[in-house]
Amino acid sequence: MQNILLHLHPSKVSERSLTFNRTFGLGGMAALLIVIQIITGILLRFYYIPSPAGAYSSVVFLKRQVLFGQFVRNIHYWSGVFLLMTAFLHFLRVFLTGAFREDRRINWLFGLSLLAVIVLSNFTGYLLPWDQLAYWAITVSTNIIGYFPFFGESLRMTIIGGKELNADTLQSFFTVHSALLPFMLLLIVVYHFWRVRKSGGIMLPAGQDKGEMLPVMPSLVYREFILALLLIAVLFLFAAVFNAPLLERANPVYSMNPTKAPWYFAGVQELLMHFHPFFAAFIIPLGVLAFLAWIPFISYDQKPSGHWFISEKGKRSAKATAVFAAGVTLAGIFFNAWVLNFEMIMPGIPAVISNGIIPLAILSLLMAVYYRLYLKRFRLSKAEKVQAAFVFIVVSFVILTLCGIFFRGKDMALMLPWNV
Amino acid sequence: MNRKNSLPEIENSGKINRRDFFGMAWKGLGILAALELLGMISAYIFSAKNKQSHVTKLIQDAGSVDSFAPGSVSAFMGGRFYLARLQNGGFIALSLRCTHLGCSISWEESKKRFICPCHSSAFDISGEVLNPPAARALSYYPIMIENGMVKVDVGTLKERNSFRKDQLVFAQ
Repeated sequence: MQNILLHLHPSKVSERSLTFNRTFGLGGMAALLIVIQIITGILLRFYYIPSPAGAYSSVVFLKRQVLFGQFVRNIHYWSGVFLLMTAFLHFLRVFLTGAFREDRRINWLFGLSLLAVIVLSNFTGYLLPWDQLAYWAITVSTNIIGYFPFFGESLRMTIIGGKELNADTLQSFFTVHSALLPFMLLLIVVYHFWRVRKSGGIMLPAGQDKGEMLPVMPSLVYREFILALLLIAVLFLFAAVFNAPLLERANPVYSMNPTKAPWYFAGVQELLMHFHPFFAAFIIPLGVLAFLAWIPFISYDQKPSGHWFISEKGKRSAKATAVFAAGVTLAGIFFNAWVLNFEMIMPGIPAVISNGIIPLAILSLLMAVYYRLYLKRFRLSKAEKVQAAFVFIVVSFVILTLCGIFFRGKDMALMLPWNV
Repeated sequence: MNRKNSLPEIENSGKINRRDFFGMAWKGLGILAALELLGMISAYIFSAKNKQSHVTKLIQDAGSVDSFAPGSVSAFMGGRFYLARLQNGGFIALSLRCTHLGCSISWEESKKRFICPCHSSAFDISGEVLNPPAARALSYYPIMIENGMVKVDVGTLKERNSFRKDQLVFAQ
């Protein structure tokens, strides 16, 4: 056992890399959650029946008749939620400490694909209970795909295997969720870890000495063990207190009000409330993904510093940009919902222009003004500018997501969380 | 490939030596094989998908023409459509699916409109959009009227951008 643990690690690690707020242990926690997902997923498969007739009753049976059935389902549910959040935070940490450049850039791409696989795992798993929540959330999200230009509708029909969700959809989602994606996840995770080792371990601040090299056992392994125990304790506590949701059996005739996409797509759905689908579902998400994949390949004028937020002025500009992004996003949501609806005031103009190009142009103008009048005086380096753009995207995304999850109630109207 | 073992004069001439040639040939064959495999797998997964699902022509009897008053809407949840009879007597069988994101619409008799609970799109009795975010009119199913009976072909969904008179079917 000790040998296996040591085989996964280097034999010695720098004492600096052990500092908790270097990484917050996020990558390791994500790996542990993946293992927990696989174990609980296998357990769930002993009872689950992947057909519209059998799925819902098999989940109810699991809850009511199987000893620890509800608990295992809850762990799987919460671990899935935690995994996505941990992976997202890990992604932020890696960016904000500059650990995505030079020889780590390929690993950044693999990290992004891991994030995508985790989102897809969550998404395909969401349908499996075949209850009202699952059915309508997946209906709404797959319909968003239908708005991609040219190939959208055929892509949607290919994914769900028909015009509406049906037995084929459930069968293929189940296969993808419980066989294809876990297999891909394991392969990429192993490679992801190996590349970190190949880059000489985790990113450390440049210009400081690495400190003493300590044996990985016990220095690192014990720390990991303690963090793992803590994580498992929190997870089990959640699973014991909060049940995974299960509504009535899916009914294709009656939609829920409101019908929401799964929580991690709530940001995209919120965007759909404000922009024409061509922009909200296609141009903007694609643009963000392209930006994320492109940032390690920009030629920067300085080497990565390895410090959080690059430098002091990097930190200040990031804070200011976060405030700006939050302000613009919130103002945009309220303005569009209560004051002015672009599509309604320009009825003669195609919605792609009135509700797509025009608001996007206004947004770009605001960003340009913010840059010219404020951000410019920081005299930021290229990396710090890219960081500001990254912070803008992340903060807007988080606010849109929170708004979609907590502040949208009946008829998707804006309301306070306790009224939702 | 293994540059140490190749002859220096061949290396300098810029020509491809035998070792490089075979190396590239193997790589090319490998890529070709991977593509073939990928093609076969996607053919395996997707070829039968549409055959399995019911592409049958389903005709549903809705009832006699006289049983539907002009200006009324009747729900046929089994066939997943609303049969609307407009004031001018024309029939149209409207799909249950909102054209925005596919939720089920419901008929509000008091306001004489279809409402989508998901994003509050609204449609009039002919399926025309009254309120966005939906951009297209409700899809419809072909109707035949034979011997005073209204029959709806629920196997064929027709999509449209907006309502036109010729989409209505009248009793002779």
